[in-house]
Amino acid sequence: MASIAIENVVKTYAGGNTAVHGVSIDIKDGEFIVLVGPSGCGKSTLLRMVAGLEPISGGEVRIGDRRVNDLDPADRDIAMVFQNYALYPHMTVRENLAYGLKNRKTPKAEIEARVAEAARMLEIGQYLDRKPRALSGGQRQRVAMGRAIVRKPAAFLFDEPLSNLDAKLRVTMRAEIRKLQKRLGTTSIYVTHDQLEAMTLADRLVVLNAGRIEQIGAPLEIYHKPASTFVASFIGSPAMNLVDARAEGGMLWFGGVSVPLKGAQGPVTLGLRAEDLRLAAPGEAAVQLRIEHVEELGAQRLVHGMFEDQSLTIALSPDVPLSDVVPVALPRERLHLFDAVSGKRIEARAPVFA
Amino acid sequence: MTAISAKPKVQAEPAKRVQFDNALLPWLFLLPQLAVIVVFFYWPSVQAVQSSFFIEDPFGFGSTFVGMANYADALASREYRRIASFTAVFTVLVTFLSLAIGLLLAVKADAVIRGASAYKTLLISVYAIAPPVAGLIGMMFFDMHIGPFVQMAAWFGWNMQVGLNYFDTAFAMVFVSVWKQIPYNFIFFLSGLQAVPVSVREAAFIDCKNGWRRFRTVTLPLLMPTAFFLLIINITYALFDTFGIIDVMVKDKPANNPITLVYKVYNDGFRGNDLGGSSAQSVILMVVVFALTIVQFRFLEKRIHYG
Ligand SMILES: Nc1ncnc2c1ncn2[C@@H]1O[C@H](COP(=O)(O)OP(=O)(O)OP(=O)(O)O)[C@@H](O)[C@H]1O
Ligand SMILES: [Mg+2]
Repeated sequence: MASIAIENVVKTYAGGNTAVHGVSIDIKDGEFIVLVGPSGCGKSTLLRMVAGLEPISGGEVRIGDRRVNDLDPADRDIAMVFQNYALYPHMTVRENLAYGLKNRKTPKAEIEARVAEAARMLEIGQYLDRKPRALSGGQRQRVAMGRAIVRKPAAFLFDEPLSNLDAKLRVTMRAEIRKLQKRLGTTSIYVTHDQLEAMTLADRLVVLNAGRIEQIGAPLEIYHKPASTFVASFIGSPAMNLVDARAEGGMLWFGGVSVPLKGAQGPVTLGLRAEDLRLAAPGEAAVQLRIEHVEELGAQRLVHGMFEDQSLTIALSPDVPLSDVVPVALPRERLHLFDAVSGKRIEARAPVFA
Repeated sequence: MTAISAKPKVQAEPAKRVQFDNALLPWLFLLPQLAVIVVFFYWPSVQAVQSSFFIEDPFGFGSTFVGMANYADALASREYRRIASFTAVFTVLVTFLSLAIGLLLAVKADAVIRGASAYKTLLISVYAIAPPVAGLIGMMFFDMHIGPFVQMAAWFGWNMQVGLNYFDTAFAMVFVSVWKQIPYNFIFFLSGLQAVPVSVREAAFIDCKNGWRRFRTVTLPLLMPTAFFLLIINITYALFDTFGIIDVMVKDKPANNPITLVYKVYNDGFRGNDLGGSSAQSVILMVVVFALTIVQFRFLEKRIHYG
């Protein structure tokens, strides 16, 4: 167990392609950090630099109080879980688990005890003498987890470990990984492009965009206060509505509706979460939304519509009656404002009403 | 290629079933292949077995049935046993050296070209053209007059006389045979290495610091299907396909030269006109190869992991 410090880490590949531009993250001992971002944003690259599988072009990585830039992966005291499990196909499950310990000259009795303990925790006891090819995807995933935990490393590194599993198993394994990590208290870095996985697992979320950190924070903090339009559209499902609006004279104007708002001036991007929008009460100022299509999700219904040339999605309860055009009220306390050009969040406040 | 790469199971596609309306048609398609096997394998084998029980009249007028006498003669002959021992040593040396060197080169090349597939294709295509050329070059190394190897040996006071000195000839034979077979082994080992998944190697990097140990415990076992396939190919090569090399080195030279059993079969049959004896020897050889193959499949293959 240890803290991990990532300081101004840069990765430039041989071709001159820079995949990670000066990223810094301070990870506390025992913390569960999730790196999330769209495909190609450099999540795996960053993780692999921590693991030692990719040379670090610039900056520093420290695990505990050791600088590990120049250490072999085997000396960094980390364990990694790969997307395709990467089990040794010619070894039995038991040998897979024991391999890393054997190479570290762990006494035989201790290896046996640790393998037995991991097998019990992950419920893979009955497969110990099988080869990986005789296991299902979920079982292989457990073995891969087992291989990581028997080593009792300072940190776990996960690179999209659940993306080869079916949706249901993914949810179960997600919960299990979280439980296991809590119980062991091992510092973890977890890479995923699934924002739901990211939200549910993370102590802190790191949102990456094109090799740069867009925002770091607790999942709910990021959900409620996205730092940019990029984060806003990436975190939360359905994606936050981003529409063009105007701020003028202490008022925010959108679709003929105005809300008092301080701290912004001129054209802005207005962010509205589908779940914060509701139908307006009779007589209330409202945006007239022309309904285009409706997605029934069972528990709720996503209504996609257009107002002038801007599209808007609202989440409604399934029993609300719908017509072709519905009036939508703006939630005064749940407005997100972003700079129309840079996309950065603008801290604007609704004045307190009497 | 699928059969020798590390994970045939994964790559295997669901078998395509073709339905023939005419029951004769599939046989018709098989006919050329079957014909080749019958004409070039079964028929000569049967002929060989048959003539091994006869002694041919030296002038070609008929033959006499002698039962197992040809076999008894061959096995009792000191010369035959001497050649058999040389063949065994030769086969072991050639197989081991060409496999080991091929593997070593493949491992080095693999480290360089990982990911650079254009480089790989280039390297492999160069090596794919190489074996026949390599054979020729290898021969030239040992040419009495212009061979650079002979000259180099001379610097160290080794007066190399290929075709005259038993040991020198044996050395050259092994050298050229190995030299010729390396490219072939190299290609197969390289593609075998490339078939080891990157993430498995990386997992091993994290689990094991020592490179040699990592190679021995992870890479090599995953390479075993390739190695097993090559082992059989190389033994067969050393026993039979080295004929040309031996022929060039010992043809029209004094008798005291190392030769292999296959070459003796040829010598006795076509030079000595002892068709019966030569047939008996080739049948013995056939039995030995057959036994070897069985042993390999039964004992080695069991210990090999087919992903
Ligand atoms: N070996 C390499 N050489 C050159 N560029 C590379 C190499 N590996 C990755 N890249 C580039 O670096 C960038 C980041 O890649 P990376 O694999 O870290 O993305 P990722 O965020 O993990 O994406 P995904 O979610 O698809 O796995 C990409 O633009 C990719 O093309
Ligand atoms: Mg990735």
